[in-house]
Amino acid sequence: MLSDYTAKDKKSTRDGFGAGLLEVGQKNDKVVGLCADLTGSLKMNAFKDTFPERFFQVGIAEANMMGVAAGLATSGKIPYTGTFANFSTGRVFDQIRQSIAYSHKNVKICASHAGVTLGEDGATHQIMEDVGMMKMLPGMTVINPCDYNQTKAATIAIAEHDGPVYLRFGRPGWPVFMPEGEFELGKAVQMNEGKDVSIIATGHLTWYAVEAANALEAEGISVDLINIHTIKPLDEAAILASVARTGCVVTAEEHQILGGLGGSVAQVLAQNNPCPIEFVGMEDSFGESGKPDQLLAKYKMDTKTIIAKAKAVMARK
Amino acid sequence: MSSIKDLERVACQVRRDIIRQVHFASSGHPGGSLGCADLFTALYFDVMDHNPDFNMDGKGEDMFFLSNGHISPVFYSVLARSGYFPVEELATFRKLDSRLQGHPATHEGLPGVRIASGSLGQGLSVACGVAQAKKLDQDDKSIFCLMGDGELQEGQIWEAVMYAAHNKIDNLVGIVDWNGRQIDGDNDDVLSLGDLKAKWESFGWSTVEVDGNNMEALVAALRDAKANTGNGKPQVILMRTEMGHPIDFMVGSHKWHGVAPNAEQTENALAQLEETLGDYPYPAN
Repeated sequence: MLSDYTAKDKKSTRDGFGAGLLEVGQKNDKVVGLCADLTGSLKMNAFKDTFPERFFQVGIAEANMMGVAAGLATSGKIPYTGTFANFSTGRVFDQIRQSIAYSHKNVKICASHAGVTLGEDGATHQIMEDVGMMKMLPGMTVINPCDYNQTKAATIAIAEHDGPVYLRFGRPGWPVFMPEGEFELGKAVQMNEGKDVSIIATGHLTWYAVEAANALEAEGISVDLINIHTIKPLDEAAILASVARTGCVVTAEEHQILGGLGGSVAQVLAQNNPCPIEFVGMEDSFGESGKPDQLLAKYKMDTKTIIAKAKAVMARK
Repeated sequence: MSSIKDLERVACQVRRDIIRQVHFASSGHPGGSLGCADLFTALYFDVMDHNPDFNMDGKGEDMFFLSNGHISPVFYSVLARSGYFPVEELATFRKLDSRLQGHPATHEGLPGVRIASGSLGQGLSVACGVAQAKKLDQDDKSIFCLMGDGELQEGQIWEAVMYAAHNKIDNLVGIVDWNGRQIDGDNDDVLSLGDLKAKWESFGWSTVEVDGNNMEALVAALRDAKANTGNGKPQVILMRTEMGHPIDFMVGSHKWHGVAPNAEQTENALAQLEETLGDYPYPAN
């Protein structure tokens, strides 16, 4: 229930990735790491220092990194590539499409600094289209964990999944509110059951969804809150069960509305149980320089907007 | 180890297979395929230790990667003729429900293919990864990777070239099909490659030039390269070939890069190539 989710601490999701990579490297000697000159930013130093022979520094050459990873996977290794989300997707879409996705290579594409919460570096680096690109690729699993604990657990879990994975996480320190060690690929986390409105959130905005749900509950509105960490394959059963209880939905994500989680949820509902839906996300815009919380507020991906859209969608029932 | 004459006879049949595949499919890329028939034959029938009971990971085997995937007809012919799949399957090239896609793919499970290629510039990176995995696994076999010359215009190739030298990937042998032509014309008209030998050497590779349509010279160069692995440097064979070799009406031009011969042209081409190993049958209809 909702009261189980309180922020004990702030840690970045990329730190969760680094911790997870070290642990999965200790468990499984097939795991290898690759990085395109961002080892510190990706928090891959612990893995690199512990397993120097299984770490490949590729330099600022992301296209080559994807190909080398595909080759390592061909030989039975489990490569984890690390760079910013922008350079993990848009820059190398064709390499991922042909050498990894179409070729069924067991490569884990690990992408940090996704979204506007990258902050001051600005829109060149703030990719908000990556989930859309990756979820369109046949056979690609797409995961956007919401905090340190979930990112760490996901990083460890994906080694057991045979196939390409896109794992998206971020830069800033962020509330840690999920339990340690819990991640089941493709399975949504039912954080609260309610009857008035469903809020379905992924990534950083899951914390804002928790804040919004608490505020709405305080006003007497019963919120069904779901965290979707695996955007593809989508846990359709959890979404449909939630909507059967509430009859309306708000989705929340740090991504373009066009092509993100909201679109996937809307598709499931349009086919199975059409109902009012509102989307919290980037509204067909690029970002800009600023602090993460300033940017999330300016581009209406904050707690206030989730609350407003929850009320709006309930009014449409 | 086969005699040069035996290899030449295989290559002749492979060239017949190329013409017949492309003609029957009414599409495909005969020019570069014909030019590389000697290379593929030398690799699969002489130089490489490989197992036609296909294993994706290729542990304990020499492995080949085709980066310029459009010359799939020569790849398919040599894989079939060396036992990876039935020769009769060549008749399905580019047809619906075939494992022999227009460009090579793993997607349909065709034995012998380890990576999709077609979008150019990606194969050498993959070959680097496979070669590094072999080193991690203390597997002393070699990796061969063929690229087109026009393909060297892709930036990713040079990322991989730099990477291989930096990491001393010395179990890797690159091969460039240097026929001087690409779809729109001669390399020198489209985008000059400059001094290829100097380029590769300045990136830290050892280079050798060879006549890729001379079986004896080619086999010697490939055997030498294999013997020279482990010397701290990746190697590249700059292989001079003739697009369309040896069909008289195909050589000397880029126009047979990606055009299928019609019935009359096919008959003409096949008349120039001895049927050494037996043609595979075309289906009845």
